Amino acid sequence: MQARGEKIAQRILLVIALSAISSLILIALFIFKEGTPVMLRMGLRKFLFSSEWDPQAGLFGIYPMIVASLWVTLGAMLIGAPLGIAGAIFLNEFVPKTVLRIVKPAIELLAGIPSVVYGFIGVMVLAPLIRNHLGGPGLSILAAAVILGVMILPTVISISTDAIGAVPNSYREGALALGATRWQAVHMVILKAARSGIIASIILAMGRAIGETMAVIMVAGNTVKLPHSVLDSARTLTATIAFEMASATGRHREALFAIGVVLFVIIMLLNSFATGILRGRLTKS
Amino acid sequence: MSWVSPKGTQRIAVGVLGAATLATLLVLLFIIVFVLEKGLRTLSWNFLFTDPQNMGRAGGIFPTLIGTLLLPLLALAVALPLGVGTAVYLTEYTREGRLTRLIRFGTDCLAGIPSIIFGLFGFIFFVTILKMGWCLLAGGLTLAIMILPTIIRTTEEAIRAVPYSYREVSFSLGATRWATVVKVVLPNALPGIVTGVMLSIGRCIGETAAVIFTAGSSLHLPGSVFDSVRTMSVHFYILAREGVSAENAYGTAAVLIISILLLNVSTYWLMHRFIGRRA
Repeated sequence: MQARGEKIAQRILLVIALSAISSLILIALFIFKEGTPVMLRMGLRKFLFSSEWDPQAGLFGIYPMIVASLWVTLGAMLIGAPLGIAGAIFLNEFVPKTVLRIVKPAIELLAGIPSVVYGFIGVMVLAPLIRNHLGGPGLSILAAAVILGVMILPTVISISTDAIGAVPNSYREGALALGATRWQAVHMVILKAARSGIIASIILAMGRAIGETMAVIMVAGNTVKLPHSVLDSARTLTATIAFEMASATGRHREALFAIGVVLFVIIMLLNSFATGILRGRLTKS
Repeated sequence: MSWVSPKGTQRIAVGVLGAATLATLLVLLFIIVFVLEKGLRTLSWNFLFTDPQNMGRAGGIFPTLIGTLLLPLLALAVALPLGVGTAVYLTEYTREGRLTRLIRFGTDCLAGIPSIIFGLFGFIFFVTILKMGWCLLAGGLTLAIMILPTIIRTTEEAIRAVPYSYREVSFSLGATRWATVVKVVLPNALPGIVTGVMLSIGRCIGETAAVIFTAGSSLHLPGSVFDSVRTMSVHFYILAREGVSAENAYGTAAVLIISILLLNVSTYWLMHRFIGRRA
């Protein structure tokens, strides 16, 4: 009797345990089913590399959006990655552990702030600053990059802190015993040991930046044109979906799902790369 | 020999790193202070508990408050049993192997998917194919998938932190595996599970892209799970984008930030109590 109950419990739990992977498959299936016909009809190359986006005329070239997404993401990485890694090093190596214990949750709070709030602050504070001091429309690639740079800080800091914290203390002590200063120990020994975790944090943050929608839609402006400078307004892949989804039907909607396919593939590649690195590190240690 | 002594380099490095850390914290402080400073002027009981008028240009945010409460609840009602069940299976009912690797891979991938993709999926699957329309249920199910990885991960971590000896004692008293899980493992992992739940609620409250395409943006109070709702985040986005009322937008943002702050502080407090009890 008991043994049978156990068997049933195990079966049910197995089915439940498959929920995450089946959801993933379901999502992939429906996004691809809706999105690939347009790509096939137009030809993948034309879809990805032509600059004509005119839903009324049935022209769906997403090259300007790919470029906009790339610029915004790279900009965000240039701002967020150095700041985040610096913060992680400082909090781990140069201040007492109690400070880390107080500051880390505070920084994780930054991750909890809704992206619409970031977007709003970008519109109200950052865009006017850029317009008045650097020129251009204000709502621009630069504004989006700065806001996204701040938004990815928690991801970078949190994972990098864990990676640096996981470096055995004996490495530190060994370096210091040889007469190295704290900073020498950090950049000669600790950063090398924590390298893979830090790289993973940057890749994961990149995935977040490419996928971010609401903040970007508010601060990047709304121009489907190839950007020429960081002060130009632009529309990213995600913003296009969010902008046009409400009114799109038929082929137009399929094209938006096709953008979803492109995003999905990019993010999956980035994430499997990052988790591969993190897992590899875990199995090594 | 470099032109700055190691001691000097050390001083410069600490200065630069410290400045970067300080900048990060100042940005956090600025965001919170800015929103609260502008929003607290609008905030009142009246603002919280009256209906919006004229599409949110005037009046309060009551229906969005209800939407913001109901949507995470619905999402949790689905995701919590699935997430905890998965974690229990992974930790107590199976050995590490190809299947657990597949499940973990699925969880990791799901965690990385951006919310706009969840929105697209929810729209085509729940809203269109299952013919639910924009409603509480479609939004809740979409969010449930979104928070599933968080629940699985935090629960798994919490379960792994329960000492093995607890299980051995339970087994030696003749308890079955299931009884051990329900009576020994899960109660001891509870604070960790609650942490995951709070994190998930936070994500649901802050979510916009996945919600707007699945739950819609109706300003009426929902009568059933098949009615459309508008959450605070969606409301804030619509107010801010259409520039209809900066005052009400700031007020809504203040409520959002305060809810997130409260959630985070209580999660932090809970985790500390948990760690304190373990030590």
